[in-house]
Amino acid sequence: MKAVTIPVLVGIAKLFSGATLRWVGSQPDTCQRVYFANHTSHLDALILWASLPRQIRALTRPVAAKDYWVRGPIRRYISEVFNALLIDRDKIKVHNSPIDMMIKEIGDQYSLIVFPEGSRNTESEMRDFKSGIYYLSKKRPDLELVPVYLNNMNRIMPKGEFLPVPLMSCITIGQPMWLEAGESKNDFLKRARNEIIKLRDY
Amino acid sequence: MFGLLDKNTAILLLSNLAVLAALFGIGRYLKKRSSVDIDAETVRSFSRNMMAWMVVCVVLALGLMVGTIVTVIFFWFVSFWAQREFVTLTPTKPSDHRTLFFLILVFPIAQYVLEGMGAYDLYSIVIPVYGTLFIGARIAFANDPDEFLERTAKLQFGLLICVYALSHAPALLTLDMLMTWDSIDGQWVEWMGAKAGLLLYLVVIVQISDMTHFIADRTVGRHVIAPKVNEFKSWEGLMTAIVVSAIVGLLIQMFLPVTPFQLYGAAVMAIIISVMASSGSMTMCAIKRDRGIARHGGLVQSRGVLDRIASLCFAAPIYFHVTRFFLEVDSIQEINIANEQLDVVFQIGSLTGFWT
Repeated sequence: MKAVTIPVLVGIAKLFSGATLRWVGSQPDTCQRVYFANHTSHLDALILWASLPRQIRALTRPVAAKDYWVRGPIRRYISEVFNALLIDRDKIKVHNSPIDMMIKEIGDQYSLIVFPEGSRNTESEMRDFKSGIYYLSKKRPDLELVPVYLNNMNRIMPKGEFLPVPLMSCITIGQPMWLEAGESKNDFLKRARNEIIKLRDY
Repeated sequence: MFGLLDKNTAILLLSNLAVLAALFGIGRYLKKRSSVDIDAETVRSFSRNMMAWMVVCVVLALGLMVGTIVTVIFFWFVSFWAQREFVTLTPTKPSDHRTLFFLILVFPIAQYVLEGMGAYDLYSIVIPVYGTLFIGARIAFANDPDEFLERTAKLQFGLLICVYALSHAPALLTLDMLMTWDSIDGQWVEWMGAKAGLLLYLVVIVQISDMTHFIADRTVGRHVIAPKVNEFKSWEGLMTAIVVSAIVGLLIQMFLPVTPFQLYGAAVMAIIISVMASSGSMTMCAIKRDRGIARHGGLVQSRGVLDRIASLCFAAPIYFHVTRFFLEVDSIQEINIANEQLDVVFQIGSLTGFWT
């Protein structure tokens, strides 16, 4: 069943988003990566995932909010198809940390798609990043952190709308970065955010 | 012979493809020879244009081989692509989202469905009248009066060019009976050629006009028309394009009659098409300059669909209307009436000595 629905869903996502994928700072690779991107639309995760080359897509899991993606059978099915890692935003506790869960789930094989702004943004400027990406990097310093800039997704399906309008969009993938030795949390998060901002001008 | 194509149209299509392929080959050759004193970007842009036209011709040929409906669907898809590019490049506000939904999915589909049904009296007004009224009202209902007129104008303009204007090209296939002037018998008769010929004539002349404009601007162009809009387009280029289009149109009609026009009619049509095509690409340049997209890249990678079809969009409506106004008839009776009127004119002419 999934052998049919995946290409169909990917096709629809690509047609609706008219997305161009540009690798400006890195090459497609199946090594373990964390793609982090700006977040303006529910379609972000789906379109970014669908635009990745097939082999990479098979090894990449978007991290998404559980409360949105389990509501209704269609959303649940879609999240299942693109192998989403669902995080319960309401139950984040020390002993139930999503970071530990992500690390456990990806093992030594999978890559992740994360949106460090936490939730969809309606402003033109990106919000400050949540600290998850810092702790993830601290616990697994070998993961490549790859910045991704998603352009125009908010016009395809803005926050609060349910019908997408098929405009065009552009996905720019930048240079990998890592947590520097002794870098503080705030400096690291600021640097990561700037990496995405830099991609806007490409 | 094949679907909507007859012998003449098939030959025209194939020779057009051959010319494009040859020019593409020349472009490739020039690119390799670095010693040639031609700007590399110019050669690349020329080759890309040839490639794009070849794709258009092949797909159009496939559509015409199957039938009218498939060709209409093909043009709908081109409209869809062009319009999404237009809207992508035009800033809109989040409150315009639901208007955009109608703009991109509802109106174009309505337009092309009505066209496929041959409902000329509806598809000729649905976008310019109801679309215009609807966009204004829908934006007002969205409770955001900020820059109201600017937003309405942008969306209307995109819809009008990308969908309404372009849809007049496949509309040529849905024309009823056409009459043509039989110069041997000196009377109007029904035209028996394939209607695909009308569409192909339009596409070929637009292509010739664009191509000669491009080459002439860069070789003999001295007086630039509007340097702030485009630094290449020159009066010399425009004139060359018009003259070459007229000559090619004349030659096509002489050796490979694919339209119901007389020889002078074919030349006049080619001139009209060429003037409109040049206006179209000029307008597109102005839009791009306004949006500050002179360079390639950004949201719409490389040169998009919109750029390439702007000239066709501008040429299609007037070509369609002139053909429809002068040559379309409902039935044989109407052709007979036209001939009777002609007889009256002849009689008056010979009585007054004006006509001998």
